[in-house]
Amino acid sequence: MIDPASVGRVWLRNAWVFRGRWHYGILPNFFEPVFYLLGMGLGLGYYVSTGGAFGGDYLTYIAPGLVAASAMNGASFETTYNVFVKLHFGRIYDATIATPVGIQDVTVGEASWAVTRATIYGGTFLIVTLFFGVAVGWHLIPALLAIVLIGFAFAALGLAFTSVVPTIDLFSYYFTLFLTPSFLFSDIFFPVAERFPPAAAAIAEFTPLYRSVQLMRGVLTEGGGPVAGDVAYLLLFGTALLAFAVWRMRVRMVV
Amino acid sequence: MTSAATADVPVAQARGLSKRYGGFVAVDAIDFEVRPGEVLGMLGPNGAGKSTTMRMMYQVTPPSSGELTLFGMRSGRDARRIKARLGVVPQIDNLDEDLSVRDNLRIHARYHGLGPTEAAERSDALLAFVGLEAKARQQVRSLSGGMKRRLTLARGLVSDPDLVILDEPTTGLDPQVRLALWDKLEALRTAGATLMLSTHYMDEAERLCDRLLIMDAGRVVAAGTPRGLIAERLDPYVIEGRLKGGDDGPYRRLADAVGATAQRSGDRLSVFVPDGRAALERLLGDGVDPDRAFVRPSNLEDLFLALTGRELRE
Repeated sequence: MIDPASVGRVWLRNAWVFRGRWHYGILPNFFEPVFYLLGMGLGLGYYVSTGGAFGGDYLTYIAPGLVAASAMNGASFETTYNVFVKLHFGRIYDATIATPVGIQDVTVGEASWAVTRATIYGGTFLIVTLFFGVAVGWHLIPALLAIVLIGFAFAALGLAFTSVVPTIDLFSYYFTLFLTPSFLFSDIFFPVAERFPPAAAAIAEFTPLYRSVQLMRGVLTEGGGPVAGDVAYLLLFGTALLAFAVWRMRVRMVV
Repeated sequence: MTSAATADVPVAQARGLSKRYGGFVAVDAIDFEVRPGEVLGMLGPNGAGKSTTMRMMYQVTPPSSGELTLFGMRSGRDARRIKARLGVVPQIDNLDEDLSVRDNLRIHARYHGLGPTEAAERSDALLAFVGLEAKARQQVRSLSGGMKRRLTLARGLVSDPDLVILDEPTTGLDPQVRLALWDKLEALRTAGATLMLSTHYMDEAERLCDRLLIMDAGRVVAAGTPRGLIAERLDPYVIEGRLKGGDDGPYRRLADAVGATAQRSGDRLSVFVPDGRAALERLLGDGVDPDRAFVRPSNLEDLFLALTGRELRE
């Protein structure tokens, strides 16, 4: 029912659009991590880690989580605003599904492109951390795979949300009430369980960004913890939500 | 354009085809067929079910009941293979504004499974066909409305389809652009393409279509050639008169004599008659001012109004 060649052509359309404007997109992708690592890692981190907290190196503590968050943002922008505009304002999917490409191919194709964008975002951040001495060469392959998986989970979540919202205004709920708290309470900047009651920490630990940060720390940090649980969580989470989005997009488009 | 199959095997065939949305019946058990090499027009007021019928044909609206086959394949089950042989020109331009004019065609060729080289060649040939070569590298949003329509037509042809479905291809266009688009459609017709188009313009239907389906309220109310439909259902001439405060007696007497009814709409009267000249002479003999009455042949608009009524549709 899903045709891989058609999925690839939907991906290709997005790649063509990106090819025409990548230089606008890449530069902010590069500077964002530089600013974060300078400001929060070296600036704020000086005061935070004075006295030995975070092993005296706050930058190294926050960098893996920031890589994960960057992959999350890349996938989220693609699958929320961009997909919504194509769906409702440009109506380009109406034209696409009148060809042999089906709506299910469009949905999976958009997910695959969002994973690509997440990999570009997260990958750029990762490379910048090399220069700050956080990542080392042999981390790159597992870290890139982790970025792809995080991108997949958030692409599926974004598509699932986009497939049910009636107006573009509701995306501010997604960003402000879901992604922002995820960013703040997913162990990127501090261990949530040490500062909040167990019940609150348990909620945080169940969120996809928290699992993503654990995964990224696991692959980037010397002697990082086991990651199999996080990998399984993100795979299941992404697969279930992508299946939901495929179904909802069909309900929406085939009437 | 089309694989010149034997004329008795229809390109598309519908039997009892219906689409319901809750309690609303958009398409009500219609039967029709599209024959190879013909231009079939669907003529009907807004809300007649033309777009819904077309959407069912290009596989984005599932029928509620009835049978629909295209190229001998069952609608729905063989959706991908059916769509591979269709070209679709929708009512609203839904071009991809993020891509250039040429890339809009190239990506659609790719959606249809053409390889990169073939897609590029086909796109360039179609840009020439619709006269947009000079705009190839421009963004779609810089095109005028008429250029967008031509590009949408080219996009519908990019896969060399066996059947082209055009939903109100000239609605909202200015007269020059309509003429330019008609030229393109006539070129396709001459080349032997099978086309199905919807319209609510009588002149378009009469000029372009070999056969017509007249639709109203989800049903096909008449089907046949434009001339044949008129001959079958109407007398060949219409006497039209303006009263300007005068007496409608002569028109009523004329109508009684030919066994018709005089249709009155405000100040205007019309009577369908078998012999226009004799009818006019009779009116003049009955005291009608020669400047206020004239004869013309019955046309598709007369037929359309006779079949679908005169009240406004929302």
